[in-house]
Amino acid sequence: MGLSDLLGFSRLKTGLTRTRDNLTTQISRMVKGKTTLDDALLEEIEEMLIGADAGIDTSVAIAGEMKRLAREKRYVNDEELNALLREAVLSHFKQQDYCGFDEVVSSISKPVVVVVVGVNGVGKTTSIGKLANRYRQAGKKVLIAAADTFRAAANEQLEVWAARAGAGLLTQKPGADPAAVAFDSYTSARSSGVDLLIIDTAGRLHTRVNLMEELRKISRVLKKVDPSAPHEVLLVLDASTGQNGLNQAKQFKAAVDVSGIILTKLDGTAKGGIILAITSELGLPVRFIGVGEGIDDLEPFSAEAYVESLFGSERAVE
Amino acid sequence: MFEELSSKLDLVLKKLRGEGKLTEENITGSLREIRRVLLNADVNYKVTGEFIESVRERALGREVLQSITPGQLIVKIIHDELIGLLGGVSAEVGYADPPPTVILVAGLQGSGKTTFCAKYARWMKQQGRHPLLIAADVQRPAAIDQLEKLGKEIEIPVYLERGAGAVSITSKGIEHARKNARDIAIVDTAGRLHVDQEMMDEVAAIRDAAKPHEILFVVDAMTGQDAVNTARAFNDLLNFDGAVLTKMDGDARGGAALSLRATVGKPIKFIGIGEKLDALERFHPDRMASRILGMGDVVTLVEKVQEQFDEKKAVKLEEKLRKSRLTLEDFLEQLQQIRSMGPLDQVMGMLPGMPKLPQGAAVDEKALVRIEAIIRSMTPKERNHPQIINGSRRRRIAAGSGTTVQDVNRLMKQFDQMQKMMKTLTRKGPKGRRFRGLGLPS
Repeated sequence: MGLSDLLGFSRLKTGLTRTRDNLTTQISRMVKGKTTLDDALLEEIEEMLIGADAGIDTSVAIAGEMKRLAREKRYVNDEELNALLREAVLSHFKQQDYCGFDEVVSSISKPVVVVVVGVNGVGKTTSIGKLANRYRQAGKKVLIAAADTFRAAANEQLEVWAARAGAGLLTQKPGADPAAVAFDSYTSARSSGVDLLIIDTAGRLHTRVNLMEELRKISRVLKKVDPSAPHEVLLVLDASTGQNGLNQAKQFKAAVDVSGIILTKLDGTAKGGIILAITSELGLPVRFIGVGEGIDDLEPFSAEAYVESLFGSERAVE
Repeated sequence: MFEELSSKLDLVLKKLRGEGKLTEENITGSLREIRRVLLNADVNYKVTGEFIESVRERALGREVLQSITPGQLIVKIIHDELIGLLGGVSAEVGYADPPPTVILVAGLQGSGKTTFCAKYARWMKQQGRHPLLIAADVQRPAAIDQLEKLGKEIEIPVYLERGAGAVSITSKGIEHARKNARDIAIVDTAGRLHVDQEMMDEVAAIRDAAKPHEILFVVDAMTGQDAVNTARAFNDLLNFDGAVLTKMDGDARGGAALSLRATVGKPIKFIGIGEKLDALERFHPDRMASRILGMGDVVTLVEKVQEQFDEKKAVKLEEKLRKSRLTLEDFLEQLQQIRSMGPLDQVMGMLPGMPKLPQGAAVDEKALVRIEAIIRSMTPKERNHPQIINGSRRRRIAAGSGTTVQDVNRLMKQFDQMQKMMKTLTRKGPKGRRFRGLGLPS
């Protein structure tokens, strides 16, 4: 674990302070004087998970897992219950402590092409700014392509972020074909020795057939110039999203073969529990989490830290 | 999705058919299913629990009507309860005297505030008002540019000032509205997290400076359980007047609407249904209730049909059917009745035996518009005696309705098939079943 990981861990912890505080006190209250895991307690745990947007099916499954684990090792106090909860969630959560994105970036011959997709308002542009900054800090040459040619002032917003991160920016007129922007940016990235090309796309609801088709076209066009591109398609997901998040992930994956997730806005009270359903059902890893509006507020995801922060036993310091 | 709910309920209640009353035992299973549906629709779990309890109380002892199953009755009770909870307050804004009426728009990041502000300004303009947009989001990069561009698009002035603070922009903007005879001032604020004390203080300061007549809280329809926390925090601080539910054109079921209503008791006034600037609608509690339950249900459909279907006309139509003299005039009437029930895909979703439409296979509303245009381009004589429509009349009708002769031919063929179908139907039933007016052309 490097310094940034430690940093990320503590940031996530601050972000989830309220959550954990609630949960730990809840757990302590619930288990007071109990020595077995009864149905009422399981039901409360289920509700807790539902309250974190894990969804009813996932929550029931985790509660079931707890029941199974409890049969093997009877718990006696709330500390052990916490451990049990963590274990049950982690066993359901198909992702281990794994980021993987750094390896992607360093393993492929440049330019590495990353397409960033998602519904409207989840924080795609902000995440791209942070992502660009992260790899600029690591000494990579980064180019951002503004393929969001629909939203008013999308270019201007990206300009600000690109300048902050010290990354190059390629824009076209509003209304231009996003696939053409992607194509041009690739050509430009290759000729100028860019290490990492990040393509920003317009926010779109996953139910809009024609807009999803537009994404497919971006991917097709990229494949023409480099059959292995895009090397990474990141879906940005707002932590406050409810059960619809699973549909989003499914539809985007079907359209452009999403390879990972950026979970944003974890600095609020939302817990982003829907990623439990997404990782277990679709096997999509969470690559990064967004924990604030600053340019450094992007951290590699760690399942351990995430679950730990949700159910950690030590008291949070406000 | 309702299919799922309804078939599950039917399964639970299969044994109960014929029972006269709803009892504790016979509703427990179905209430569990309803709980599941509500949770899957992102209704907050506490709100869900309370809601289920109130339904249980209301349902106990209710007589089951002969025409519906206990499951359907429960769905109906729930649907009514939902409508009651979601609706009730008018969405009208009280206009200030003297003008301008100041409207403050607040919410989390990415909920769609800026887009809503532009849509709302356009809406006001269409009502003959003279809105001014005030760009008070000084946080997000290029937020001011975005509002400026949107303003240009809808030809509504935007008050902006680069490098100034949000509070000062707001005050000056309202002053600007006063001096320039703009009677509505819409203040777009930065998105903020409810736990960000500094930013929450800022919005309170903006509120104090603006003294708004209306504060609207913008919420993403895809929001999950956390909707309760954010709504409460914003309401505690701003005591907002109403909420706007955005991104309703997706497939999120929007349970956040119910959470919000139950937690802070404020009405939902508008819904955003697309990225285009005309994609704003008033909130309809009944449609929202159906959506949360999973796009429609049989009971409402029956009710709607009864409501919309003029009894006298129905009797007349039945007579005609019996005599097999269905005319294009009747066809047109039927078409209009169906369309007056709401968006077609929702109406279709309510039809029994009609599963939820596959993704992307939206019902073509345009086809209906075309059919209507074609029939309207016919003379009364042609409508009542379709057999006289020959080639030359078809050409005229096509020209008159802006369609092609092929379109007219297709309609005539469909109509012909429908007539034949009706004949067999009316012949089969000894007394003739009440025609519900749902025979859509395929």
